[in-house]
Amino acid sequence: MKRFLSHLHEKLRPEAANNKAMLLQKESPEDLLIAIGGNPNVGKSTVFNALTGMRQHTGNWSGKTVSTACGECRRFGKRYILTDIPGTYSLFAHSAEEEVARDFLCFGGADAALIVCDATCLERNLNLVLQTMEITPHTAVCINLMDEAEKRGIRIDPLSLERRLGIPVTTCTARSGKGLDSILALLKETAEHTPEPVLPRYTEPIEEAASLLEPLFPKDSVPSARWLSLRILEPQESWTEQLRKYIFSMPNQEEIFRTAKKAQLILEKNNISPEELQDQLTSCLVRTSEDICCEAILSGCSCISPRYRKLDSILTGRFTAIPFMLILLALVFWLTISGANVPSELLSQGFSALEAWMIQFFQSIHAPSWLISLLFEGIWRVLSWVVSVMLPPMAIFFPLFTLLEDLGYLPRIAFNLDKPFCKARACGKQALTMCMEKYMLFLNWILKTIKNYNSLVLFSFSLFVYFVMPLSDFYMIYKTV
Amino acid sequence: MEHIFPMTKMDKNTKAWVERLNCSGSMRRRLQDIGLIEGTRVECLFRRVKGGPTAYLIRGAVIALRPADSDQILVAGRRSI
Repeated sequence: MKRFLSHLHEKLRPEAANNKAMLLQKESPEDLLIAIGGNPNVGKSTVFNALTGMRQHTGNWSGKTVSTACGECRRFGKRYILTDIPGTYSLFAHSAEEEVARDFLCFGGADAALIVCDATCLERNLNLVLQTMEITPHTAVCINLMDEAEKRGIRIDPLSLERRLGIPVTTCTARSGKGLDSILALLKETAEHTPEPVLPRYTEPIEEAASLLEPLFPKDSVPSARWLSLRILEPQESWTEQLRKYIFSMPNQEEIFRTAKKAQLILEKNNISPEELQDQLTSCLVRTSEDICCEAILSGCSCISPRYRKLDSILTGRFTAIPFMLILLALVFWLTISGANVPSELLSQGFSALEAWMIQFFQSIHAPSWLISLLFEGIWRVLSWVVSVMLPPMAIFFPLFTLLEDLGYLPRIAFNLDKPFCKARACGKQALTMCMEKYMLFLNWILKTIKNYNSLVLFSFSLFVYFVMPLSDFYMIYKTV
Repeated sequence: MEHIFPMTKMDKNTKAWVERLNCSGSMRRRLQDIGLIEGTRVECLFRRVKGGPTAYLIRGAVIALRPADSDQILVAGRRSI
Protein backbone atom coordinates (compact mmCIF):
# COMPACT_ATOMS: atom_id res chain seq x y z
CA MET A 1 0.00 0.00 0.00
CA LYS A 2 2.76 2.34 0.90
CA ARG A 3 4.48 1.60 -2.35
CA PHE A 4 1.28 2.14 -4.21
CA LEU A 5 0.81 5.48 -2.53
CA SER A 6 4.28 6.65 -3.36
CA HIS A 7 3.76 5.48 -6.91
CA LEU A 8 0.52 7.41 -7.00
CA HIS A 9 2.26 10.44 -5.71
CA GLU A 10 4.83 10.15 -8.42
CA LYS A 11 2.05 9.97 -10.96
CA LEU A 12 0.55 13.10 -9.52
CA ARG A 13 3.83 14.88 -9.87
CA PRO A 14 5.40 13.71 -13.10
CA GLU A 15 8.53 15.75 -12.51
CA ALA A 16 9.28 13.68 -9.43
CA ALA A 17 9.53 10.52 -11.48
CA ASN A 18 12.15 12.05 -13.72
CA ASN A 19 14.41 13.02 -10.90
CA LYS A 20 15.47 9.47 -10.36
CA ALA A 21 18.75 9.35 -12.17
CA MET A 22 19.61 6.08 -13.73
CA LEU A 23 23.31 5.74 -13.75
CA LEU A 24 24.84 3.64 -16.44
CA GLN A 25 28.43 2.70 -16.42
CA LYS A 26 31.01 1.90 -18.99
CA GLU A 27 31.24 -1.82 -19.63
CA SER A 28 34.37 -1.71 -21.72
CA PRO A 29 36.93 1.01 -22.45
CA GLU A 30 35.56 1.10 -25.99
CA ASP A 31 32.30 2.63 -24.74
CA LEU A 32 31.85 6.35 -25.13
CA LEU A 33 30.45 8.43 -22.31
CA ILE A 34 28.79 11.54 -23.71
CA ALA A 35 27.45 14.54 -21.80
CA ILE A 36 24.59 16.41 -23.47
CA GLY A 37 24.33 20.01 -22.33
CA GLY A 38 22.79 23.23 -23.54
CA ASN A 39 20.72 26.20 -22.52
CA PRO A 40 17.35 25.45 -20.95
CA ASN A 41 14.62 25.04 -23.49
CA VAL A 42 16.63 24.21 -26.61
CA GLY A 43 15.38 20.66 -27.09
CA LYS A 44 18.20 18.93 -25.26
CA SER A 45 15.88 16.30 -23.89
CA THR A 46 14.33 15.84 -27.35
CA VAL A 47 17.75 15.15 -28.81
CA PHE A 48 18.49 12.82 -25.92
CA ASN A 49 15.22 10.93 -26.40
CA ALA A 50 15.61 10.74 -30.15
CA LEU A 51 19.07 9.24 -29.79
CA THR A 52 18.30 6.80 -27.02
CA GLY A 53 14.69 6.00 -27.84
CA MET A 54 13.83 6.80 -24.26
CA ARG A 55 10.77 8.70 -23.20
CA GLN A 56 11.99 11.15 -20.69
CA HIS A 57 9.32 13.79 -20.35
CA THR A 58 10.19 16.79 -22.46
CA GLY A 59 8.62 20.16 -22.46
CA ASN A 60 9.55 23.76 -22.88
CA TRP A 61 9.37 24.46 -19.19
CA SER A 62 12.87 25.38 -18.21
CA GLY A 63 14.52 23.27 -15.57
CA LYS A 64 12.98 19.98 -16.63
CA THR A 65 16.14 18.09 -15.91
CA VAL A 66 16.91 18.52 -12.26
CA SER A 67 19.52 15.84 -12.00
CA THR A 68 21.24 13.93 -14.75
CA ALA A 69 19.47 11.21 -16.71
CA CYS A 70 21.21 8.43 -18.58
CA GLY A 71 20.45 6.42 -21.66
CA GLU A 72 22.35 4.36 -24.16
CA CYS A 73 22.45 3.54 -27.84
CA ARG A 74 24.60 1.47 -30.16
CA ARG A 75 25.98 2.65 -33.47
CA PHE A 76 29.08 2.04 -35.59
CA GLY A 77 29.91 -0.93 -33.37
CA LYS A 78 30.15 1.29 -30.31
CA ARG A 79 28.08 1.71 -27.22
CA TYR A 80 27.23 5.33 -26.46
CA ILE A 81 26.22 6.22 -22.95
CA LEU A 82 24.44 9.54 -23.09
CA THR A 83 23.93 11.71 -20.06
CA ASP A 84 21.45 14.56 -20.12
CA ILE A 85 22.81 17.28 -17.85
CA PRO A 86 20.71 20.19 -16.54
CA GLY A 87 20.18 23.08 -18.91
CA THR A 88 22.12 26.22 -18.00
CA TYR A 89 23.06 29.52 -19.57
CA SER A 90 26.54 29.47 -18.16
CA LEU A 91 28.94 27.35 -16.15
CA PHE A 92 30.03 29.84 -13.54
CA ALA A 93 28.18 27.77 -10.93
CA HIS A 94 25.81 30.41 -9.58
CA SER A 95 22.93 27.98 -9.15
CA ALA A 96 22.37 24.33 -8.29
CA GLU A 97 21.83 23.33 -11.92
CA GLU A 98 24.95 25.12 -13.05
CA GLU A 99 26.94 23.41 -10.35
CA VAL A 100 25.69 19.97 -11.37
CA ALA A 101 26.32 20.69 -15.04
CA ARG A 102 29.79 22.06 -14.43
CA ASP A 103 30.85 19.28 -12.09
CA PHE A 104 29.69 16.68 -14.55
CA LEU A 105 31.58 18.25 -17.44
CA CYS A 106 34.72 18.60 -15.33
CA PHE A 107 34.79 15.43 -13.30
CA GLY A 108 32.10 13.17 -14.80
CA GLY A 109 34.67 11.41 -16.96
CA ALA A 110 32.84 12.09 -20.22
CA ASP A 111 34.71 11.29 -23.42
CA ALA A 112 32.93 14.06 -25.25
CA ALA A 113 30.44 16.83 -24.58
CA LEU A 114 27.64 17.71 -26.97
CA ILE A 115 26.21 21.18 -26.58
CA VAL A 116 22.76 21.57 -28.09
CA CYS A 117 22.00 25.07 -29.35
CA ASP A 118 18.83 26.85 -30.38
CA ALA A 119 19.14 28.03 -33.98
CA THR A 120 16.71 30.87 -33.35
CA CYS A 121 18.91 32.53 -30.76
CA LEU A 122 22.35 31.19 -31.41
CA GLU A 123 24.19 34.12 -29.91
CA ARG A 124 22.99 33.49 -26.42
CA ASN A 125 23.76 29.78 -26.73
CA LEU A 126 27.34 30.30 -27.84
CA ASN A 127 28.24 31.60 -24.39
CA LEU A 128 27.82 28.10 -23.00
CA VAL A 129 29.65 26.55 -25.94
CA LEU A 130 32.66 28.79 -25.33
CA GLN A 131 32.69 27.92 -21.65
CA THR A 132 32.46 24.20 -22.33
CA MET A 133 35.29 24.41 -24.85
CA GLU A 134 37.43 25.94 -22.15
CA ILE A 135 36.80 22.95 -19.88
CA THR A 136 37.23 20.21 -22.44
CA PRO A 137 38.47 20.29 -26.03
CA HIS A 138 36.31 17.25 -26.77
CA THR A 139 33.27 19.39 -27.44
CA ALA A 140 30.85 19.18 -30.33
CA VAL A 141 27.99 21.53 -31.17
CA CYS A 142 24.59 20.53 -32.47
CA ILE A 143 22.31 23.32 -33.62
CA ASN A 144 18.75 22.23 -33.04
CA LEU A 145 15.41 23.75 -34.13
CA MET A 146 16.62 24.40 -37.66
CA ASP A 147 13.03 24.17 -38.95
CA GLU A 148 11.92 26.93 -36.61
CA ALA A 149 14.84 29.12 -37.69
CA GLU A 150 14.02 28.52 -41.34
CA LYS A 151 10.44 29.60 -40.70
CA ARG A 152 11.71 32.85 -39.25
CA GLY A 153 14.08 33.36 -42.15
CA ILE A 154 17.27 32.79 -40.17
CA ARG A 155 20.05 31.14 -42.13
CA ILE A 156 23.10 29.78 -40.34
CA ASP A 157 26.45 28.84 -41.83
CA PRO A 158 27.72 25.85 -39.83
CA LEU A 159 31.06 25.85 -41.67
CA SER A 160 31.82 29.37 -40.55
CA LEU A 161 30.95 28.40 -36.99
CA GLU A 162 33.19 25.37 -37.22
CA ARG A 163 36.05 27.50 -38.42
CA ARG A 164 35.63 30.14 -35.74
CA LEU A 165 35.12 27.69 -32.89
CA GLY A 166 37.57 25.05 -34.05
CA ILE A 167 35.21 22.24 -33.01
CA PRO A 168 32.79 20.11 -35.05
CA VAL A 169 29.35 21.61 -35.66
CA THR A 170 26.25 19.93 -37.02
CA THR A 171 22.65 20.96 -37.52
CA CYS A 172 19.48 19.02 -36.84
CA THR A 173 15.76 19.13 -36.23
CA ALA A 174 15.34 16.70 -33.36
CA ARG A 175 11.54 16.86 -33.36
CA SER A 176 11.35 15.28 -36.80
CA GLY A 177 14.54 13.29 -36.41
CA LYS A 178 16.38 15.15 -39.17
CA GLY A 179 20.15 15.20 -38.86
CA LEU A 180 20.35 12.87 -35.88
CA ASP A 181 22.54 10.33 -37.66
CA SER A 182 25.35 12.77 -38.10
CA ILE A 183 25.43 13.58 -34.38
CA LEU A 184 26.71 10.17 -33.31
CA ALA A 185 29.34 10.10 -36.05
CA LEU A 186 30.42 13.55 -34.96
CA LEU A 187 30.63 12.51 -31.33
CA LYS A 188 32.77 9.51 -32.17
CA GLU A 189 35.13 11.76 -34.08
CA THR A 190 35.21 14.30 -31.25
CA ALA A 191 35.95 11.68 -28.63
CA GLU A 192 38.71 9.95 -30.58
CA HIS A 193 40.50 12.90 -32.13
CA THR A 194 41.08 15.96 -30.06
CA PRO A 195 39.71 19.02 -31.86
CA GLU A 196 41.62 22.24 -31.47
CA PRO A 197 39.12 24.75 -30.14
CA VAL A 198 39.74 28.44 -30.69
CA LEU A 199 39.38 29.73 -27.15
CA PRO A 200 38.29 33.28 -26.35
CA ARG A 201 41.14 35.63 -25.39
CA TYR A 202 40.65 37.77 -22.33
CA THR A 203 42.31 41.08 -21.52
CA GLU A 204 46.10 41.24 -21.29
CA PRO A 205 46.49 41.14 -17.48
CA ILE A 206 44.15 38.14 -17.16
CA GLU A 207 45.99 36.25 -19.89
CA GLU A 208 49.30 37.05 -18.24
CA ALA A 209 48.11 35.83 -14.84
CA ALA A 210 46.61 32.67 -16.32
CA SER A 211 49.72 31.84 -18.30
CA LEU A 212 51.74 31.83 -15.06
CA LEU A 213 49.52 29.08 -13.66
CA GLU A 214 48.88 27.04 -16.76
CA PRO A 215 52.14 25.02 -16.84
CA LEU A 216 51.47 23.75 -13.30
CA PHE A 217 48.50 21.66 -14.34
CA PRO A 218 48.62 18.41 -16.31
CA LYS A 219 48.39 18.87 -20.05
CA ASP A 220 45.59 17.38 -22.13
CA SER A 221 43.42 16.48 -19.19
CA VAL A 222 39.85 17.41 -18.32
CA PRO A 223 39.27 20.04 -16.92
CA SER A 224 41.89 21.76 -19.03
CA ALA A 225 44.89 23.58 -17.58
CA ARG A 226 43.66 26.90 -18.91
CA TRP A 227 40.25 26.55 -17.31
CA LEU A 228 41.76 25.52 -13.96
CA SER A 229 44.14 28.45 -13.93
CA LEU A 230 41.31 30.86 -14.63
CA ARG A 231 39.34 29.37 -11.72
CA ILE A 232 42.31 29.63 -9.40
CA LEU A 233 42.32 33.36 -10.04
CA GLU A 234 38.76 33.60 -8.77
CA PRO A 235 38.09 33.74 -5.04
CA GLN A 236 37.88 30.31 -3.41
CA GLU A 237 34.30 30.87 -2.26
CA SER A 238 33.14 30.52 -5.84
CA TRP A 239 34.63 27.04 -6.22
CA THR A 240 32.36 24.05 -6.13
CA GLU A 241 33.01 21.27 -3.62
CA GLN A 242 34.35 18.96 -6.32
CA LEU A 243 36.72 21.57 -7.70
CA ARG A 244 38.09 22.22 -4.24
CA LYS A 245 38.69 18.49 -3.76
CA TYR A 246 40.36 18.22 -7.14
CA ILE A 247 42.75 21.09 -6.51
CA PHE A 248 43.60 20.02 -2.99
CA SER A 249 44.38 16.52 -4.22
CA MET A 250 46.99 17.74 -6.67
CA PRO A 251 50.55 16.78 -5.74
CA ASN A 252 51.96 20.25 -6.41
CA GLN A 253 49.21 22.21 -4.69
CA GLU A 254 51.63 24.28 -2.63
CA GLU A 255 53.38 25.51 -5.73
CA ILE A 256 50.02 26.22 -7.30
CA PHE A 257 48.87 28.40 -4.42
CA ARG A 258 52.21 30.21 -4.33
CA THR A 259 51.95 31.00 -8.02
CA ALA A 260 48.30 31.92 -7.62
CA LYS A 261 49.31 34.65 -5.16
CA LYS A 262 51.76 36.02 -7.74
CA ALA A 263 49.11 35.89 -10.43
CA GLN A 264 46.62 37.68 -8.24
CA LEU A 265 49.20 40.40 -7.64
CA ILE A 266 49.35 40.99 -11.37
CA LEU A 267 45.59 41.42 -11.41
CA GLU A 268 45.70 43.77 -8.44
CA LYS A 269 48.37 45.88 -10.08
CA ASN A 270 46.04 46.33 -13.02
CA ASN A 271 43.15 47.25 -10.75
CA ILE A 272 41.21 44.07 -11.41
CA SER A 273 39.19 43.15 -8.34
CA PRO A 274 37.52 39.73 -8.12
CA GLU A 275 34.26 41.40 -9.14
CA GLU A 276 35.94 43.10 -12.07
CA LEU A 277 37.58 39.82 -13.08
CA GLN A 278 34.18 38.12 -13.28
CA ASP A 279 32.83 41.07 -15.25
CA GLN A 280 35.65 40.89 -17.73
CA LEU A 281 35.44 37.12 -18.12
CA THR A 282 31.69 37.19 -18.74
CA SER A 283 31.62 40.19 -21.03
CA CYS A 284 34.50 38.81 -23.07
CA LEU A 285 32.52 35.61 -23.63
CA VAL A 286 29.41 37.56 -24.60
CA ARG A 287 31.39 39.76 -27.00
CA THR A 288 33.10 36.76 -28.58
CA SER A 289 29.72 35.10 -29.15
CA GLU A 290 28.41 38.28 -30.71
CA ASP A 291 31.41 38.48 -32.98
CA ILE A 292 31.16 34.83 -34.09
CA CYS A 293 27.43 35.16 -34.71
CA CYS A 294 27.89 38.22 -36.88
CA GLU A 295 29.75 36.02 -39.31
CA ALA A 296 27.82 32.76 -38.93
CA ILE A 297 24.29 34.09 -39.29
CA LEU A 298 23.83 34.78 -42.96
CA SER A 299 20.40 36.33 -42.94
CA GLY A 300 17.46 36.99 -40.73
CA CYS A 301 17.28 39.23 -37.76
CA SER A 302 16.57 38.42 -34.18
CA CYS A 303 13.38 40.43 -34.14
CA ILE A 304 9.85 39.24 -33.51
CA SER A 305 7.30 39.13 -36.28
CA PRO A 306 4.32 41.50 -36.00
CA ARG A 307 2.00 38.50 -35.82
CA TYR A 308 3.63 37.28 -32.63
CA ARG A 309 3.57 40.77 -31.19
CA LYS A 310 -0.12 41.03 -31.81
CA LEU A 311 -0.78 37.63 -30.25
CA ASP A 312 1.31 38.55 -27.24
CA SER A 313 -0.55 41.78 -26.76
CA ILE A 314 -3.73 39.72 -26.35
CA LEU A 315 -2.24 36.91 -24.29
CA THR A 316 -0.51 39.28 -21.92
CA GLY A 317 -2.69 42.34 -22.36
CA ARG A 318 -3.83 44.29 -19.35
CA PHE A 319 -7.50 43.36 -19.65
CA THR A 320 -7.46 40.37 -21.96
CA ALA A 321 -4.84 38.20 -20.25
CA ILE A 322 -6.78 36.95 -17.23
CA PRO A 323 -10.12 36.26 -18.98
CA PHE A 324 -8.29 34.50 -21.79
CA MET A 325 -6.38 32.39 -19.31
CA LEU A 326 -9.51 31.45 -17.37
CA ILE A 327 -11.38 30.49 -20.52
CA LEU A 328 -8.48 28.39 -21.74
CA LEU A 329 -8.05 26.62 -18.43
CA ALA A 330 -11.80 26.06 -18.13
CA LEU A 331 -11.73 24.51 -21.58
CA VAL A 332 -8.92 22.20 -20.56
CA PHE A 333 -10.77 21.17 -17.40
CA TRP A 334 -13.98 20.61 -19.27
CA LEU A 335 -12.27 18.46 -21.90
CA THR A 336 -10.53 16.48 -19.18
CA ILE A 337 -13.57 15.83 -17.07
CA SER A 338 -16.11 15.19 -19.77
CA GLY A 339 -13.65 13.14 -21.79
CA ALA A 340 -12.70 11.02 -18.82
CA ASN A 341 -16.22 10.02 -17.91
CA VAL A 342 -16.67 7.22 -20.40
CA PRO A 343 -13.36 5.39 -19.88
CA SER A 344 -13.74 5.94 -16.15
CA GLU A 345 -17.13 4.24 -16.20
CA LEU A 346 -15.80 1.37 -18.29
CA LEU A 347 -12.86 0.84 -15.96
CA SER A 348 -14.98 0.74 -12.85
CA GLN A 349 -17.40 -1.69 -14.53
CA GLY A 350 -14.48 -3.88 -15.50
CA PHE A 351 -13.08 -3.82 -11.99
CA SER A 352 -16.41 -4.73 -10.39
CA ALA A 353 -16.92 -7.58 -12.86
CA LEU A 354 -13.44 -8.84 -11.99
CA GLU A 355 -14.27 -8.47 -8.32
CA ALA A 356 -17.45 -10.55 -8.60
CA TRP A 357 -15.55 -13.21 -10.50
CA MET A 358 -12.77 -13.35 -7.93
CA ILE A 359 -15.14 -13.43 -4.98
CA GLN A 360 -16.81 -16.41 -6.59
CA PHE A 361 -13.46 -18.09 -7.01
CA PHE A 362 -12.48 -17.47 -3.38
CA GLN A 363 -15.81 -18.74 -2.17
CA SER A 364 -15.36 -21.87 -4.23
CA ILE A 365 -12.07 -22.64 -2.46
CA HIS A 366 -13.77 -22.00 0.88
CA ALA A 367 -11.73 -19.00 1.95
CA PRO A 368 -12.87 -17.48 5.25
CA SER A 369 -15.42 -14.74 4.78
CA TRP A 370 -13.43 -12.14 6.74
CA LEU A 371 -10.54 -12.57 4.31
CA ILE A 372 -12.85 -12.11 1.36
CA SER A 373 -14.36 -8.98 2.77
CA LEU A 374 -10.96 -7.58 3.70
CA LEU A 375 -9.46 -8.29 0.31
CA PHE A 376 -12.34 -7.26 -1.88
CA GLU A 377 -14.69 -4.97 -0.09
CA GLY A 378 -11.71 -3.21 1.47
CA ILE A 379 -8.50 -3.18 -0.50
CA TRP A 380 -9.72 -4.10 -3.98
CA ARG A 381 -12.54 -1.57 -4.05
CA VAL A 382 -10.41 1.28 -2.84
CA LEU A 383 -7.69 0.56 -5.34
CA SER A 384 -9.99 0.00 -8.28
CA TRP A 385 -11.93 3.10 -7.42
CA VAL A 386 -8.83 5.24 -7.29
CA VAL A 387 -7.44 3.83 -10.53
CA SER A 388 -10.68 4.18 -12.44
CA VAL A 389 -11.19 7.72 -11.21
CA MET A 390 -7.66 8.99 -11.63
CA LEU A 391 -6.22 7.25 -14.67
CA PRO A 392 -8.52 8.52 -17.45
CA PRO A 393 -8.39 12.21 -16.49
CA MET A 394 -4.64 12.04 -16.25
CA ALA A 395 -4.35 10.38 -19.63
CA ILE A 396 -6.27 13.32 -21.11
CA PHE A 397 -4.92 16.12 -18.97
CA PHE A 398 -1.20 15.58 -19.44
CA PRO A 399 -1.24 15.57 -23.25
CA LEU A 400 -3.31 18.77 -23.14
CA PHE A 401 -0.86 20.28 -20.71
CA THR A 402 2.02 19.29 -22.97
CA LEU A 403 0.23 20.95 -25.89
CA LEU A 404 0.02 24.20 -23.92
CA GLU A 405 3.71 23.85 -23.11
CA ASP A 406 4.62 23.34 -26.76
CA LEU A 407 2.61 26.39 -27.77
CA GLY A 408 4.67 28.41 -25.32
CA TYR A 409 1.64 29.52 -23.36
CA LEU A 410 2.92 28.47 -19.96
CA PRO A 411 5.67 31.09 -19.67
CA ARG A 412 3.01 33.67 -20.51
CA ILE A 413 0.82 32.49 -17.66
CA ALA A 414 3.79 32.75 -15.34
CA PHE A 415 4.41 36.26 -16.66
CA ASN A 416 0.79 37.27 -16.09
CA LEU A 417 0.58 35.86 -12.61
CA ASP A 418 3.96 36.87 -11.33
CA LYS A 419 2.83 39.97 -9.49
CA PRO A 420 0.12 38.38 -7.33
CA PHE A 421 2.35 35.36 -6.71
CA CYS A 422 5.19 37.62 -5.64
CA LYS A 423 2.93 39.03 -3.00
CA ALA A 424 2.38 35.51 -1.71
CA ARG A 425 6.13 35.03 -1.48
CA ALA A 426 6.23 32.72 -4.47
CA CYS A 427 6.97 33.25 -8.13
CA GLY A 428 4.75 33.11 -11.19
CA LYS A 429 6.34 29.92 -12.43
CA GLN A 430 4.78 27.95 -9.61
CA ALA A 431 1.29 28.92 -10.69
CA LEU A 432 1.10 26.12 -13.20
CA THR A 433 2.72 23.06 -11.82
CA MET A 434 0.84 23.58 -8.61
CA CYS A 435 -2.60 24.98 -9.31
CA MET A 436 -3.54 23.39 -12.56
CA GLU A 437 -2.98 19.86 -11.47
CA LYS A 438 -4.59 20.38 -8.12
CA TYR A 439 -7.57 22.17 -9.51
CA MET A 440 -8.18 19.42 -11.97
CA LEU A 441 -8.07 16.85 -9.21
CA PHE A 442 -10.26 18.93 -6.97
CA LEU A 443 -12.98 19.41 -9.53
CA ASN A 444 -12.80 15.80 -10.41
CA TRP A 445 -13.07 14.81 -6.78
CA ILE A 446 -16.20 16.82 -6.23
CA LEU A 447 -17.91 15.40 -9.30
CA LYS A 448 -17.07 11.81 -8.48
CA THR A 449 -17.87 11.88 -4.80
CA ILE A 450 -21.22 13.46 -5.35
CA LYS A 451 -22.01 10.68 -7.79
CA ASN A 452 -20.92 7.69 -5.80
CA TYR A 453 -19.57 7.83 -2.35
CA ASN A 454 -20.88 4.84 -0.63
CA SER A 455 -18.52 4.24 2.21
CA LEU A 456 -16.62 6.24 4.74
CA VAL A 457 -13.38 4.48 3.85
CA LEU A 458 -13.58 5.56 0.28
CA PHE A 459 -14.50 9.04 1.28
CA SER A 460 -11.64 9.48 3.69
CA PHE A 461 -9.16 7.87 1.36
CA SER A 462 -10.06 10.12 -1.50
CA LEU A 463 -9.96 13.05 0.86
CA PHE A 464 -6.42 12.06 1.66
CA VAL A 465 -5.38 11.68 -1.95
CA TYR A 466 -6.94 14.92 -3.10
CA PHE A 467 -6.26 17.21 -0.19
CA VAL A 468 -3.57 16.04 2.13
CA MET A 469 -1.08 15.17 -0.56
CA PRO A 470 -1.40 18.50 -2.36
CA LEU A 471 -1.13 20.20 1.00
CA SER A 472 2.26 18.64 1.50
CA ASP A 473 3.26 20.26 -1.79
CA PHE A 474 2.10 23.63 -0.59
CA TYR A 475 4.11 23.12 2.55
CA MET A 476 7.23 22.20 0.59
CA ILE A 477 6.86 25.27 -1.61
CA TYR A 478 6.29 27.44 1.42
CA LYS A 479 9.44 26.04 2.99
CA THR A 480 11.60 26.56 -0.06
CA VAL A 481 10.53 30.12 -0.74
CA MET B 1 19.14 63.99 -26.36
CA GLU B 2 20.50 60.83 -24.74
CA HIS B 3 19.43 60.10 -21.22
CA ILE B 4 20.61 57.54 -18.72
CA PHE B 5 17.78 55.96 -16.77
CA PRO B 6 16.80 52.62 -15.18
CA MET B 7 15.47 50.00 -17.54
CA THR B 8 12.16 49.97 -15.66
CA LYS B 9 11.42 53.43 -17.01
CA MET B 10 11.66 52.37 -20.64
CA ASP B 11 8.55 53.01 -22.70
CA LYS B 12 6.88 50.26 -24.64
CA ASN B 13 8.40 49.61 -28.08
CA THR B 14 11.50 51.69 -27.49
CA LYS B 15 15.13 50.69 -27.72
CA ALA B 16 18.00 51.49 -25.42
CA TRP B 17 21.57 50.41 -24.75
CA VAL B 18 22.84 49.06 -21.45
CA GLU B 19 25.08 51.56 -19.69
CA ARG B 20 25.92 49.67 -16.51
CA LEU B 21 24.60 47.22 -13.94
CA ASN B 22 24.07 48.58 -10.46
CA CYS B 23 23.95 45.25 -8.67
CA SER B 24 26.58 42.83 -7.52
CA GLY B 25 26.95 39.18 -6.67
CA SER B 26 24.88 36.45 -8.21
CA MET B 27 22.24 38.76 -9.69
CA ARG B 28 24.93 40.59 -11.62
CA ARG B 29 26.29 37.27 -12.91
CA ARG B 30 22.83 36.16 -13.97
CA LEU B 31 22.13 39.34 -15.87
CA GLN B 32 25.51 39.11 -17.56
CA ASP B 33 24.90 35.50 -18.46
CA ILE B 34 21.77 36.41 -20.39
CA GLY B 35 23.89 38.89 -22.32
CA LEU B 36 23.31 42.14 -20.47
CA ILE B 37 26.71 43.77 -20.67
CA GLU B 38 27.68 47.32 -21.48
CA GLY B 39 26.44 48.25 -24.93
CA THR B 40 23.83 45.50 -25.28
CA ARG B 41 20.74 46.66 -27.10
CA VAL B 42 17.45 46.02 -25.34
CA GLU B 43 13.95 46.58 -26.59
CA CYS B 44 10.99 46.96 -24.27
CA LEU B 45 8.17 44.74 -25.55
CA PHE B 46 5.25 44.68 -23.16
CA ARG B 47 4.21 45.03 -19.57
CA ARG B 48 0.90 43.76 -18.25
CA VAL B 49 0.38 45.73 -15.10
CA LYS B 50 2.34 48.43 -13.36
CA GLY B 51 4.74 46.86 -10.91
CA GLY B 52 4.63 43.49 -12.65
CA PRO B 53 7.36 42.00 -14.79
CA THR B 54 8.18 43.47 -18.18
CA ALA B 55 9.23 41.56 -21.28
CA TYR B 56 12.36 42.72 -23.07
CA LEU B 57 14.01 41.59 -26.26
CA ILE B 58 17.63 40.89 -25.38
CA ARG B 59 19.98 39.40 -27.96
CA GLY B 60 17.20 37.61 -29.80
CA ALA B 61 15.45 36.21 -26.74
CA VAL B 62 12.35 37.52 -25.01
CA ILE B 63 13.12 37.81 -21.32
CA ALA B 64 10.82 39.00 -18.55
CA LEU B 65 12.41 40.92 -15.69
CA ARG B 66 10.81 42.07 -12.48
CA PRO B 67 11.01 45.78 -11.73
CA ALA B 68 13.13 45.03 -8.67
CA ASP B 69 15.78 43.63 -11.00
CA SER B 70 15.43 45.90 -13.99
CA ASP B 71 15.66 48.94 -11.67
CA GLN B 72 19.30 48.11 -11.22
CA ILE B 73 20.08 48.14 -14.90
CA LEU B 74 20.89 51.57 -16.25
CA VAL B 75 20.31 52.11 -19.94
CA ALA B 76 21.00 54.98 -22.28
CA GLY B 77 18.69 56.05 -25.03
CA ARG B 78 16.21 58.54 -26.24
CA ARG B 79 13.25 58.94 -23.97
CA SER B 80 9.97 60.46 -24.80
CA ILE B 81 9.00 62.38 -21.70
